[in-house]
Amino acid sequence: MPPEGDGKSARGSRPAPTRVVRFAALPSAAERGFTVPRPRLYATVAAGGFRRHATYRVATAAGVFTNSVFGLVLSYTYIALWDERPRLGGYSVDDALAYVWIGQALLTVCGLMGGGFETELMERVRTGDIAVDLHRPADLQAWWLAANAGRCAFQLLGRGAAPMVIGALVFDFTLPDGPGRWAAFLLSVALGSLVGFALWYLVAMSAFWLLDGQGVAQAAWLCGMFFSGMLLPLNVFPGALGDLARVLPWASLLQVPADVYLGRYGDGGGLVGAYAFQGCWALVLLAAGRAAQAAATRKVVVQGG
Amino acid sequence: MAERTAAEPVARREGAAGVAGPGRARLVRRGGESWRTYRMVAGMWIRSTMTYRSSFALTLFSSFCVTFFDFVVILLMFGHVEGIGGFAFAEVAFLYGTAGTSFGLADLTTGSLQRMGRRVRDGSLDTFLLRPAPLLAQVAADGFALRRLGRLTQGLVVLVWGLLLLDGVTWTPLKVLLVPVTVVCGAVIFMAVMVVGASAQFWIQDAAEVTNSFTYGGNTLLQYPPTIFAQELVRGVVYVVPLAFVSWLPALYVLGRPAPAGVPSWAAFASPAVALVCCGLAGLVWRAGVRSYRSTGS
Repeated sequence: MPPEGDGKSARGSRPAPTRVVRFAALPSAAERGFTVPRPRLYATVAAGGFRRHATYRVATAAGVFTNSVFGLVLSYTYIALWDERPRLGGYSVDDALAYVWIGQALLTVCGLMGGGFETELMERVRTGDIAVDLHRPADLQAWWLAANAGRCAFQLLGRGAAPMVIGALVFDFTLPDGPGRWAAFLLSVALGSLVGFALWYLVAMSAFWLLDGQGVAQAAWLCGMFFSGMLLPLNVFPGALGDLARVLPWASLLQVPADVYLGRYGDGGGLVGAYAFQGCWALVLLAAGRAAQAAATRKVVVQGG
Repeated sequence: MAERTAAEPVARREGAAGVAGPGRARLVRRGGESWRTYRMVAGMWIRSTMTYRSSFALTLFSSFCVTFFDFVVILLMFGHVEGIGGFAFAEVAFLYGTAGTSFGLADLTTGSLQRMGRRVRDGSLDTFLLRPAPLLAQVAADGFALRRLGRLTQGLVVLVWGLLLLDGVTWTPLKVLLVPVTVVCGAVIFMAVMVVGASAQFWIQDAAEVTNSFTYGGNTLLQYPPTIFAQELVRGVVYVVPLAFVSWLPALYVLGRPAPAGVPSWAAFASPAVALVCCGLAGLVWRAGVRSYRSTGS
């Protein structure tokens, strides 16, 4: 995009007295002769995201405890439910219990009930700090994506693995057949966390227009809680509601990774189809986030004062 | 108004020094003082919320929806089965309603205590300590969120629904009396748990989430019949963290079902006593927490 502002100020002897700052009009990092190797920059941001969350050890331990308690309570309700109706939703009791603990493990990783970064991003928009972010020699979405990747990696190790181990010690739930299945599961989790990021980024972008994005965030939270299948697996949802829930993006966050874990997609075409489903949603939502970001930065009026 | 707040308790404290018998009179006076502080702070927050009426209406509605979806899960479960753990839908709705209403009441009145850790971390608790008004009342009322009425309303709706659907229960005056008593005592027990959780944050600021597992987690636990849980877990919430007295034990009596194994039948009527003991313990823990408070250095 040609920097129109620069052309004007170069022509006149004095800069125009007042004008609306357009971020697209500011010289980009490359134009200012400032270049950082991109992959290294984002790797550093991701590492920073990891370290930042790794600092809060007590909070992580508290989170693991809470996840385990909820996992325990949910497990017993699922046992009671599957006792009455064995093979409900095509799951055995052991599958259903695995599902419970996968849900607890992925709660923060895939952003089932809040992405863990959107509050901060919305606050930056509200206070005007976002102007600093937009000046950075990096893309806003890619920057937050990298930071979130670091967060997810830590959450997977800290708040993901520990409740799974605790659950496995208490209950005898289904484990994947071999290392190949674990790898397939982890890839699905990675795609799920990408979809989770894209969803919450889109939510955060709403703050550019609404300033207070709490309402949107709460609606997204509600959808996430219900349609991710965190409370009840989506294949137990009845009729049309179930059909709808299984094609919405929230299905990518927990239901698909859990079904990959349980081997319900097999190893061939079904698995590729599952990845394609998650990948498509990730692409669509990331593109939507980009479009929102572009629209927002074209019109942005920075808050301040 | 601020001046009056500042002056009143001081005057009262001087007056109390003259009264020889401390004990009960002092307790009553402190209670009155706390109540007045709480009402004043909460009232201020309500007025501030009501400045944006439509925003309030929307958040209230969405708060109701969030909790309603929680109940939809149980409805979906009953779409597949006739009963859970031998309990029919009406009975589960009754359990859900009593626990939900109690928790809603506690969340409305003392839910703000969750933010204690942050206050200790950033030192903003100092401001509260400087004011000549009871600390706990100030902290509990601060940020009073009227939108939490949504959760309470949902609990009440389910409770009434459950009561209307219950047909196998022979109502006696005792049972009729037990329902409101249970709800109120349950709320008090939940409040005590929240106060203990907030006190713990004087020592461990980042552990706020542990409280959630007893409050939100406890609420989820109590929504289901005790028959489906492991007996160790049931015993744990009877004897260790007395959440069973919030709703399970009295509700089982109302439903005409036996108490869980190893729990005496009179325990169904022990909720008020348990609530009182919980309050006492919570008060002691809170006091210890406040005494150990060191303001932040940064």
